[in-house]
Amino acid sequence: MPQKTRVPAVEGWFTMDDGQPSLIGSRCTDSGSYFFPKEMEHSRVPGFGDSKLEEVNLSRTGTLWSWTDAAYAPPPPFVAQDPHVPFAIAAVELAEEQMVIMGQVATGISVDDLSMGMEMELVLETLYEDDDNEYIVWKWKPTGSVASTGDDS
Amino acid sequence: MGVETIADEAIAVAGVGMHPWGKWGRNFVEYGVHAIEAALADAGVAWSEVQFVAGGGTVRNGYPGYVAGATFAQAMGWTGVPISTSYAACASGVQAIQSARAQILAGFCDVAVVVGSDTTPKGFLKPNEGGSGTDPDWLRFHLMGATNPTYFGLYARRRMELFGATEEDFAQVKVKNSQCGATNPNARYNKAFTLEEVLASPMVASPLRLLEICATSDGAAAMVLVSAERARKMGLKSPVRVTGVSTVTPTYPNSVIEMPNFSTDSATGVADPGPTFRDSIAAAAYEQAGIGPDDLDLAEVYDLSSALELDWYENIGLCKEGEAEKMLRDGDTSLGGKCPVNPSGGLGAFGEAVPAQAIAQVCELTWQLRGQAGERQVEGAKVGLTINQGLFGHGSSVICQS
Repeated sequence: MPQKTRVPAVEGWFTMDDGQPSLIGSRCTDSGSYFFPKEMEHSRVPGFGDSKLEEVNLSRTGTLWSWTDAAYAPPPPFVAQDPHVPFAIAAVELAEEQMVIMGQVATGISVDDLSMGMEMELVLETLYEDDDNEYIVWKWKPTGSVASTGDDS
Repeated sequence: MGVETIADEAIAVAGVGMHPWGKWGRNFVEYGVHAIEAALADAGVAWSEVQFVAGGGTVRNGYPGYVAGATFAQAMGWTGVPISTSYAACASGVQAIQSARAQILAGFCDVAVVVGSDTTPKGFLKPNEGGSGTDPDWLRFHLMGATNPTYFGLYARRRMELFGATEEDFAQVKVKNSQCGATNPNARYNKAFTLEEVLASPMVASPLRLLEICATSDGAAAMVLVSAERARKMGLKSPVRVTGVSTVTPTYPNSVIEMPNFSTDSATGVADPGPTFRDSIAAAAYEQAGIGPDDLDLAEVYDLSSALELDWYENIGLCKEGEAEKMLRDGDTSLGGKCPVNPSGGLGAFGEAVPAQAIAQVCELTWQLRGQAGERQVEGAKVGLTINQGLFGHGSSVICQS
């Protein structure tokens, strides 16, 4: 079978660097505040509407703020597997940016593997695929944990 | 009479009415008309006397779809009455109340109808079809599979980790509310659940179980609001008055993750905004009414999940952060306790009919403050507060006093 093309499930939200992927945000240069998803037209910091906005890669690691899971298949537009495979979802706090960013937790890691404040790093995994493409998304994974990379291989 | 205060001239609730919550599968217009007729009858006001109709925007389903104010003006019989339609997700109902209240306080009218009604689909609330890569609500489902219970689960887990909440606490909220809901003729679920039954229900969004997450329901609620002067002319004796309405949005940086967002605001480089968004919602209502949490006899809070009810105890100032579990365990928020919360049965007993729910909360305050709440009556209730939050940053809170 020909190899499928790896494409981001959403354009411009993260780098497609498998080794050290980053979420792509933006920074209000006058206030120093960050935005994710990136805001390039108008700073959302009150009083800083004239500030320049620059695209930045956000911190690749953070600490676990809270977590949950999806025991039932989410409805469309989520592309669920059949049968549904439960997955965990994390909210991770980035120190430099002082913001919390959500994402699915890497395949094979359940809520029982997670604990408050643990360090999490950004990874890329396949979210779903069709005949031609694998659609890639960011996920959070406990730093240093060895988890299945799902059906990426 | 002394100096005229806002409270003296506060608008009055002349009538309230509902269509019972359920899964009826009919057109939302039908439920709304039923609720309006009930509210008009309760007020002793004829449709022809209504000078303004404020509708909470219908979210999905049911011809004519997204329209509300005009839909009900048409269904009741066109009289040329001016209308407004407010969409603010779960907070739509209070935006409609505020719309009618502003019209009355501005002197544009003195009798207004507020109505919210909806028919909901089965299962998770989900984004509308035809969404795209620019709609955060569509994207959070598509990219993360993050449903509404996902966010409730995040908050609940954090309560367990920070404040020692237990799964039994969350289940106990459902038990408490279901006991009230069992006696409420407008509630959808009339079963009083046991702790064991709640804890045996399947996990949906860890640590939250099926019976701890509110369902989606069909239902409608309506109110007849009148000016203070009109209330006097109608001869209403000590009517329930609306003395505070809050429709605040967050202050940057909003540091709590909220539906449908992927992230919080960044606190880097900006001043601490002070109270959290949820704390600020009730604060604005208290300030308008000139009262505080100690004055409350009851509260109706938006228990989208049983754990979220505990957050609200703190957000409305019933206790300090981290003390909600103690209030619950001590029975302070049960019927007969210091400040009963959700004597209606809450969303746990109703399921959510989005544009109607925040209005339904105020209907409950009205019945409670009139002493008409039957078996779920809070003894001697004089002051009540509702609170709710709609996704996309919509705060809403109403204070009623008799």
